[in-house]
Amino acid sequence: MSKKLKEYIRHPGSLFMMILVILAACITFAVLLFLLAYILVKGIPQLKPSLFALEYTTENVSMLPAIINTLFMTLISLLIAVPFGIFSAIYLVEYAKRGNRFVNIIRLTTETLSGIPSIVYGLFGMLFFVTALKWGYSLLAGAFTLAIMILPLIMRTTEEALKAVPDTFREGSFGLGAGKLRTVFRIVLPAAVPGILAGIILAVGRIVGETAALIYTSGTVAQIPSSVFGSGRTLAVHMYNLSSEGLHMNESYATAVVLLVLVTGINALSGFAAKKLSQI
Amino acid sequence: MRKEKIMQAVFLAAACASILAVALICIFLFANGVPAIAEIGAADFLLGKTWRPGNDVYGILPMIMGSIYVTAGAILMGVPIGLLTAVFMAEYCPKNIYKPLKSATELLAGIPSIVYGFFGLIVLIPAIRNIFPGKTNGGSILVASILLAMMILPTIIGVTESAIRTVPRHYYEGALALGATKERSIFLCVIPAAKSGIMAAVVLGAGRAIGETMAVMMVAGNQARLPGSVFQGVRTLTTNIVLEMGYAADLHREALIATAVALFVFILIINFAVACLNRRITHE
Repeated sequence: MSKKLKEYIRHPGSLFMMILVILAACITFAVLLFLLAYILVKGIPQLKPSLFALEYTTENVSMLPAIINTLFMTLISLLIAVPFGIFSAIYLVEYAKRGNRFVNIIRLTTETLSGIPSIVYGLFGMLFFVTALKWGYSLLAGAFTLAIMILPLIMRTTEEALKAVPDTFREGSFGLGAGKLRTVFRIVLPAAVPGILAGIILAVGRIVGETAALIYTSGTVAQIPSSVFGSGRTLAVHMYNLSSEGLHMNESYATAVVLLVLVTGINALSGFAAKKLSQI
Repeated sequence: MRKEKIMQAVFLAAACASILAVALICIFLFANGVPAIAEIGAADFLLGKTWRPGNDVYGILPMIMGSIYVTAGAILMGVPIGLLTAVFMAEYCPKNIYKPLKSATELLAGIPSIVYGFFGLIVLIPAIRNIFPGKTNGGSILVASILLAMMILPTIIGVTESAIRTVPRHYYEGALALGATKERSIFLCVIPAAKSGIMAAVVLGAGRAIGETMAVMMVAGNQARLPGSVFQGVRTLTTNIVLEMGYAADLHREALIATAVALFVFILIINFAVACLNRRITHE
């Protein structure tokens, strides 16, 4: 230890850099800790039963309708995006030949999709689903918009999960006389399930936290719509409305806590699923 | 055999979904936005200094500069801290606390932007007002930059850390063997070797910052004018769309869609830069 110390005294530049590194790490984790602690400490005392009433009124500003809308939104988006994402990943990994021009185009488009800001998705959803297809502000329009948004995420994680399945699995299956389709569905997909699941859960986290893509597609009505063609706000949009109105700061804190716990819980679940994958 | 062929066609069709999505997004944005740019005049639109929908004056230069200012501020603050934290994670972190810290950075990435925005609104804005009394009283470039720096930290830490880890270990060991201190080895040998990956991290962070909407809207002040100092409020391309889309009509509405086109082109340039950097990394 003293040898190390002597060396640092001989090289003050190195000592300085080491201090900077430690300082930067401290800042990063202090900021995170402060953010979490602040929201939790301020928000948890504000959680009260009236916030979870079934009906939203301007007095109770209940978030339960928004939570239920979020649930529906997530389900519909996943129903659309997951089959497309998994099937296209299967095509890319199992069927397409390497260096295929068509594959390069798909790669390029998915990369483009994953870089587009959510507000551009929202605007596109408004122009296409809400206006051109005449769905109006509706859960369905929001769900389709989000489905496009999470498609590249699901494709990429599924692709990685499929690639991680050893080729010996496929060869063994072919050797026993199974066809390609049977091999994919019976051998490769089951082995890749944890990885695919991790991707899906990550996508759920993005859906739950999304605001900008939804304001102009699924609208901001604070009730549970009677059908998927009705407008309804998700929890994140609800939180945005509360905090931008500025009338219900305490309820905003409470909503922030619920949102934070939900999203971090979902992400932790995804990490857990991914860990399962690495154990296989 | 027929089933195989049919399913292969189904997989192929699914793979086309992303192409279709990009095509639709391009068509709808450009078809609705480009006529507006033509009507306003490309130069007046992109370089016009005033945005006054009431008088049919649509210049988005303040918004372009706003996006650039807050992104530059976020990069200026986020990159040094992120880079050094990544060095800490890769080279200094004791093994037993690595896992919790790693999941902490992932947690930071998962926090919804609306929660960040709320945090900025109730904590950062009053804090900046107290630190610089009299200079600022609401949202400003400074607050937006600090908040965005926090938001891009996980991207920068994650990508930089993996870039550092892909540098062959003998670079580091060779430098140590020649008598360099640990810090000299890292900062003069390992970091230069990882520079493509670090550049990719910076560009990815910039992409995230430029595309961020809700958090920026809550803390940036949203005045559509060219700012004179970092304490003044500013409006970005993204927030311009969200703020006015709700009530816009006719040319105003199309001008907002044209704003999205400008944003989209920005993002395409950034994506292209990332793709080029990634190609360089795989070639190295």
